[in-house]
Amino acid sequence: MFRLSLAFALLASTAAATAQQPAPAPAPQGQAQGQGDGGLVVDVEGGISAPTPIAIPVMPTAAVVNTPAGSTDTLGRQLSEIIANDLRGSGLFTPLAPAQLRAVAFPEVTAPSFDYWRSTQAQALVQGYIRANGDGTLTVGCYLFDVSAQRELVKQGFVVPPADWRRAAHKCADTVYSRLTGEGPYFDSRIVYVSETGPKAKRIKRLAIMDQDGANHRFLTNGQAIVLTPRFAPNQQSIVYMSYAGRIPSIYVYDIGSGRQRLVAQNVATTFAPRFSPNGQWILFSMATNGNTDIYRVSSQGGTPQRLTTSPGIDTGGSYSPDGSKIVFESDRSGGQQIYVMNADGSNQQRISFGGGRYATPVWSPRGDLIAFTKLAGNFRIGIMSPSGGGEKLLTDDWSDEGPSWSPNGRAITFYRSGRGAGGTATLWVVDLTGVNERRVPTPLSGSDPAWGPLRP
Amino acid sequence: MAKLKTTLLVAACGLAIAACAKKRPEVLPPAPVETPATETPTGPTGPATGEVTPGSAADFQRSVTSNTVLFGLDQYDIDPAARAILDSQAQWLVRYPNVRITIEGHCDERGTREYNLGLGDRRANAAKNYLAAKGIAPARITTISYGSERPAATGSDEQAWAQNRRAVTIVLN
Repeated sequence: MFRLSLAFALLASTAAATAQQPAPAPAPQGQAQGQGDGGLVVDVEGGISAPTPIAIPVMPTAAVVNTPAGSTDTLGRQLSEIIANDLRGSGLFTPLAPAQLRAVAFPEVTAPSFDYWRSTQAQALVQGYIRANGDGTLTVGCYLFDVSAQRELVKQGFVVPPADWRRAAHKCADTVYSRLTGEGPYFDSRIVYVSETGPKAKRIKRLAIMDQDGANHRFLTNGQAIVLTPRFAPNQQSIVYMSYAGRIPSIYVYDIGSGRQRLVAQNVATTFAPRFSPNGQWILFSMATNGNTDIYRVSSQGGTPQRLTTSPGIDTGGSYSPDGSKIVFESDRSGGQQIYVMNADGSNQQRISFGGGRYATPVWSPRGDLIAFTKLAGNFRIGIMSPSGGGEKLLTDDWSDEGPSWSPNGRAITFYRSGRGAGGTATLWVVDLTGVNERRVPTPLSGSDPAWGPLRP
Repeated sequence: MAKLKTTLLVAACGLAIAACAKKRPEVLPPAPVETPATETPTGPTGPATGEVTPGSAADFQRSVTSNTVLFGLDQYDIDPAARAILDSQAQWLVRYPNVRITIEGHCDERGTREYNLGLGDRRANAAKNYLAAKGIAPARITTISYGSERPAATGSDEQAWAQNRRAVTIVLN
């Protein structure tokens, strides 16, 4: 698996400002994230009401070099596009159209022409460069400036193998996003989901994995068996999911690196709804036996499953709190589906949802402060509430939205939306937790059951 | 209530999943079927002359009122119409005591995916329990829930949903 090594390869700005020749190999420096206090801050509570104008000009290269990822001048343009797309997707920024921005010369990267940038109305400016290194790697420099204060806010450098060049752009976008919003990063992350083709009565479902922006898409299974509800392991090296392989609905762990998979628990009953615990030690799942469904946990290394719920009814859809001490789940023990919280050992089960309609698919935010869910009241809608059940807010309003999954920073939620009728298909979406900025996630085919993975190291 | 008979296969790749060393992993060999088949109950399906072999799936299909019983919204009780259908299935199954069946439980699309897997299991077991009460040995009956994954009708209206809330009896030849 790829490792991202960070090098803070920065241009010596004083020299670069005047130098005619491209700056020499930048001197490594320490991590500069979050440096400087005050200055430009993006209002995250206001959401999309006033997205911040930001300029992200094409990243120049000191020398055009062909690499396995393409030539460095092409990459420089693509990098700025990816960064702009990430930031736009957050709903908090309005990147200026690159075509309207003047080209940045290599020596200018660390010494912006602030007068020009002020004239563009941009409040923030992201400049950078790309360089092909002698060892085959690429270095991407990333600099964020406050245009009106005319100062640098943060700078970072990323050294990546060519195959991972897009990750450098995501890391740069994460650097910018975190510095300006105070929120955690989330662009350098992946989504695993179920790709769908074929007629509605006989859908072909395949596991697929992609970057959160839809790039680097690949299929993991071939569609011979129905597969459902994949989830990343916390270490991102494997995926747990449910499959009808052999016509026995069971839970499997798929190792992303090797492509190997193994059955988690082989038994006579239907097992489904698998989830890893935050430390990866446990797999939570549901088992239906004789018409009754309960929640169990089993060591991710194997062993005897432990039953956590015993009430008559369908108890399913468990999700751990980020500290692993609690589990939120749904149960119809009171009649319709409602949300409950229990301790990780199954004790102290308490209902937390009391609104009208049914509540399903609860998922604990990685920040711990919210539960996302599907509300069934006529339409299916994605909503959030506090872990004690208060502050319910619905984020989407369509015919059938289901299956929320949190971004690694707990700021956005991905879910799937089903279309009506025989020709209706499912698509992946993201919505901000303020309920604004709903947008489609591009997939080559239809898709459902998205699960957002952790931030990549 | 749920009696857990679980065999864990810990990383025992070669044991359970012969194909797991391959790069393309999807083709899982069928997991072992739980109940070893008692002697296949029926002979090979009928000769191609249009003759229906007694005790075969085709015979079942021809003999029973229906292979499918329907349920109300979010319900799994066996109503009078379902009883009549299951009675006809039970009569046939009594006649062919070596035939094994599986009952598929299905749901409409107006439930969440995972809940529907539980609800489909309820429906399949409701039908199984009814047949068992009519004297069909439970060991002859396996169940599987498809949730809302395999609708019979693909519309998004009450009529289609009513058809999809079902339990389907399949004769295992």
